[in-house]
Amino acid sequence: MAMVEGLIGKKLGMTRIFTEDGEAIPVTVLEVGPCTVVQVKTVDKDGYNAVQLGFKPKKFTRLTKPMRGHFVKAGLDHGFYVLREFSVDDPGSFQPGQVITLAEVDLSAGEKIDVTGKSKGRGFTGPIKRWGFKRQPMSHGAKQVHRKPGSSGPSTFPGRVIKGKKMAGHYGNETVTVKNITVVGLEPDKNILLVRGAVPGAVNSYVLVYFNK
Amino acid sequence: MLPIIHEIERKYLREVPEFRPGDTVKVYFRIVEGEDKERVQMFQGVVIRKRGSGTGATFTVRKVSYGIGVERTFPLYSPRIEKIEVIRRGKVRRARLYYLRGRTGKAARIKERR
Repeated sequence: MAMVEGLIGKKLGMTRIFTEDGEAIPVTVLEVGPCTVVQVKTVDKDGYNAVQLGFKPKKFTRLTKPMRGHFVKAGLDHGFYVLREFSVDDPGSFQPGQVITLAEVDLSAGEKIDVTGKSKGRGFTGPIKRWGFKRQPMSHGAKQVHRKPGSSGPSTFPGRVIKGKKMAGHYGNETVTVKNITVVGLEPDKNILLVRGAVPGAVNSYVLVYFNK
Repeated sequence: MLPIIHEIERKYLREVPEFRPGDTVKVYFRIVEGEDKERVQMFQGVVIRKRGSGTGATFTVRKVSYGIGVERTFPLYSPRIEKIEVIRRGKVRRARLYYLRGRTGKAARIKERR
């Protein structure tokens, strides 16, 4: 069985479990797979080797005709909510329509994986939340400046604000990867993966799990 | 909460006696001293708070030790808790007994529930 680099999953929420000696571990519960191979990309045809995986079936009636055609080509009678590509070394060992589950992945507790998700959108955010600036005094003469960023740089020289200056702006709703997150447990028959600590994104958002093999 | 998370948590839930805020309990808590030296420490006092659900549930016990109020919060389902003994059942009219912190002696009494 050829290994795939990663799988698509869904964040189900967080809880806390105990080790045998009583240590409480915060864990995130992920539903990983089953994923279906929708398309196999090869160097000859596409310039690179990859498989396109689909996750969470979606009815044909909810898809556009071009999308339907894409799934029919893979020999499927339904579509998917999420499609993502994962690079592979040997595209020949994958066929469209093939289902990959967590059980087929050589993974055990204690191993380190990467998880990519889309962080919660926070809208237009001030510099304190966005960049961790300190706030200004709440008293001692401070007025209306408690959460303002302060100076944005020197004076006449250079006479401009340096590029990349940390300021208020849109924060969140961006792709974030957490690297080397520990696998605490897995239940392959239920497609459940437990990882230590937090994972970017809201509950029910989709994540990409990379096994680093 | 999601049934799947509930199911995962269920494996870690243990049998604990039923007790409420206002009850006096004795908690046998295993503590590790240095390397592989373990002993059971007892903590007896009034339960002033129970909170959370599933594996995240905790309870806080308050006692007055040598005239100084001591509060300790335990995870309800921690494997380090050897045993919880209910010494006395108390009759109280609220769920969080923070008002006990401001009281000592006679004023901090709790009626017994029968």
